[in-house]
Amino acid sequence: MQKLVKKIKELTVNMGPQHPATHGVLRLVLELEGEVIKKCIPYIGYLHRGVEKLSEDLTYVQSLPLTDRMDYLSSMVNNVGFCIAVEKLIGIQVPERAKFIRTMMAEMARICSHLVWIATHALDIGAMTVFLYAMRDREYLLELFEMVTGARLTVSYPRVGGVRCDVNNEFLDKLYKFTDEFPKKVEEYETLIDRNRVWLKRTKGVGVITAKDAINWGLTGPTLRGSGVYYDVRKFFPYDAYDKVDFEVPLGKNGDIYDRYKCRMLEFRQSNRIIRQCIEKLPEGPILAENALRIRMPESPLKIDKRDIVFEIYTEDKQIQEFIQKFTEVYASVEAPRGELGYYIVCDSSSKPYRMRVRAPSFVHAGVLPKLCEGSLVADVIANIGSIDIVLGECDR
Amino acid sequence: MDTLHIIVITILKTAIYFGILMLHVAYATYAERKVIGHIQLRLGPMVVGPHGLLQPIADVVKLIFKEDVIPIKVDRTIFKVAPLISLTAALSTFAVIPVNKNWVIADINVGLLYVIGIAGIGTYGIIFAGWSSNSKYAFLGGLRSAAQMISYEVALGLSLVGVILMAESFNLTEIVNKQSEYWYGMFLFPQIIGYFVFVVAMLAETNRLPFDLPEAETELVAGYFVEYSGIRFSLFYLAEYLAMFCMSALATICFWGGWTIPPILIKNLPFLEFVPGVVWFLLKVYFHIFLFFWLRGTLPRYRYDQLMAIGWKILIPLALVNIMITSIFKYYS
Repeated sequence: MQKLVKKIKELTVNMGPQHPATHGVLRLVLELEGEVIKKCIPYIGYLHRGVEKLSEDLTYVQSLPLTDRMDYLSSMVNNVGFCIAVEKLIGIQVPERAKFIRTMMAEMARICSHLVWIATHALDIGAMTVFLYAMRDREYLLELFEMVTGARLTVSYPRVGGVRCDVNNEFLDKLYKFTDEFPKKVEEYETLIDRNRVWLKRTKGVGVITAKDAINWGLTGPTLRGSGVYYDVRKFFPYDAYDKVDFEVPLGKNGDIYDRYKCRMLEFRQSNRIIRQCIEKLPEGPILAENALRIRMPESPLKIDKRDIVFEIYTEDKQIQEFIQKFTEVYASVEAPRGELGYYIVCDSSSKPYRMRVRAPSFVHAGVLPKLCEGSLVADVIANIGSIDIVLGECDR
Repeated sequence: MDTLHIIVITILKTAIYFGILMLHVAYATYAERKVIGHIQLRLGPMVVGPHGLLQPIADVVKLIFKEDVIPIKVDRTIFKVAPLISLTAALSTFAVIPVNKNWVIADINVGLLYVIGIAGIGTYGIIFAGWSSNSKYAFLGGLRSAAQMISYEVALGLSLVGVILMAESFNLTEIVNKQSEYWYGMFLFPQIIGYFVFVVAMLAETNRLPFDLPEAETELVAGYFVEYSGIRFSLFYLAEYLAMFCMSALATICFWGGWTIPPILIKNLPFLEFVPGVVWFLLKVYFHIFLFFWLRGTLPRYRYDQLMAIGWKILIPLALVNIMITSIFKYYS
């Protein structure tokens, strides 16, 4: 009998990196006993991006497009976060109009990102129709992005001290039309999902994270709020125009997959509300700070010693120059669709960051996967990965 | 009629059945893509032929000429035999299915048992495919399938007991004839619980959403046929669609009155009598096929343990209750 028992061994399955449901290149090593997961180890590191290291060799403005590529589903928010960090570093004042435009764009990006989330999450659980509905609506927003920024996914639109170019009335009209129609679209997804018995069975009481655990694991965004913890960077440390618009922060109760889903669905409506208010309140004026930082690029990088390049500003504003001297390190964060996205920059008065570090929500969230998965079934792994909404581009910077 | 005569006629019948069936299966894939396309706000096939009508034929040609990749460490014999088992089992079920009065290849007494028995053999194909592929995903898919098939086969069988009790026969033609004796013309109404159990079990038996766990592409990549390609893959596909048609035909025969329509309808609308029976039969089958597609466009997928729970804790007790009720009525009438 003992011999027989020895022969029974656990099945180790690699879920990912090519698995159709492990978003991006996440690799989970699962030790299975039947279909029950005994152990789950997430491995990341297949992208080898090195965004943080690369930015040390690029000027601040040149680093901006790199931030697009981290969380490619909400590149606008990444850009805003980076710009806010640099603005804080040199103490620049952003014009009101630019603040509203940024807020509007960031919320558009949030809707876009959540649409991809609901699409893929539903697909993971087996409902394909939601995927195509969500893609249809995302397309509309991407076209609006293209109208203003010239790009659909990696926009690189905000600038240190404002935004690159102004929005026109045609854009605002189309966006306003979108805000009119979007709540109906959200209802459409909800009719497909919300009262669907199969969906409820797959999500209610599955992948529970208690409020205490969520805080201990450092979770942020809808993943944290699904557990009922009230924390939102937009409310606690308002940036851009968030203190001038009215919105609520949806909270969950039980911290299961359904609550996280519900939080994001409610966020759709809140984002929609913010965009509407931004359009209504959009002030006239410049879109880029007058004394905006313009870093003079070295004429030939080979000829100049790296350390000799200092901030050179076209404006002769003494105040700003003093600011540069004063700040050596800065941390600024924004509420990205996935959670708190923070930029920590150490500045040594050169035109390039001495060190940049990104606090990426996806990376933190990926850490909670083993806790969620161990003891559950194989099918729940997929639902769990979907519910914490990670983007591997950001996870493995 | 001498023996040779019978053999020749049977072969001819089989050939005709086979040809029509294959055409149906090919265009079922087309219909599925169209129906789901409309549910999901897209067009479906549109390029090959008018409205993409030649798409199934193009697909078949492509699949036949595709390279047949067999991984190096598979059990080659079983790997090759598995899809054939599934297909043969799926095809064989049609031997006893009557599509009109006296339109059947073999009118045997135990038709219903034969269909259920042969349909069960298809599971072997899936388990063999899962095991011989030498892949963990395929293996898990195969195991899931085995458990699923066994559980739902029980529910499926039990749900038909009510019909058997009412018809007092296993012969499919007789089951249909018995139904036309009632004024409402179908067992659907007295056997509504049985029909419900049958439809749910039928979805599970054919591995369709929300019970497509053996192939669950987001969990097990593609389940038991993950290592199959080209023509071998298409054989599995064919078997799945044939099973769909078989189950739909069974539902039509046992619950919807087969090729007949309710006598009360004929009484009120006499011209309906001139419509050939096979048309009614096919319409009823297509309704069930559409149900398969519709559900696929709407529902997510159950989890494995939930699937088992539904099978054992809901469907089987329901089927037993149905048998009890039917028996009591039968006894007192």
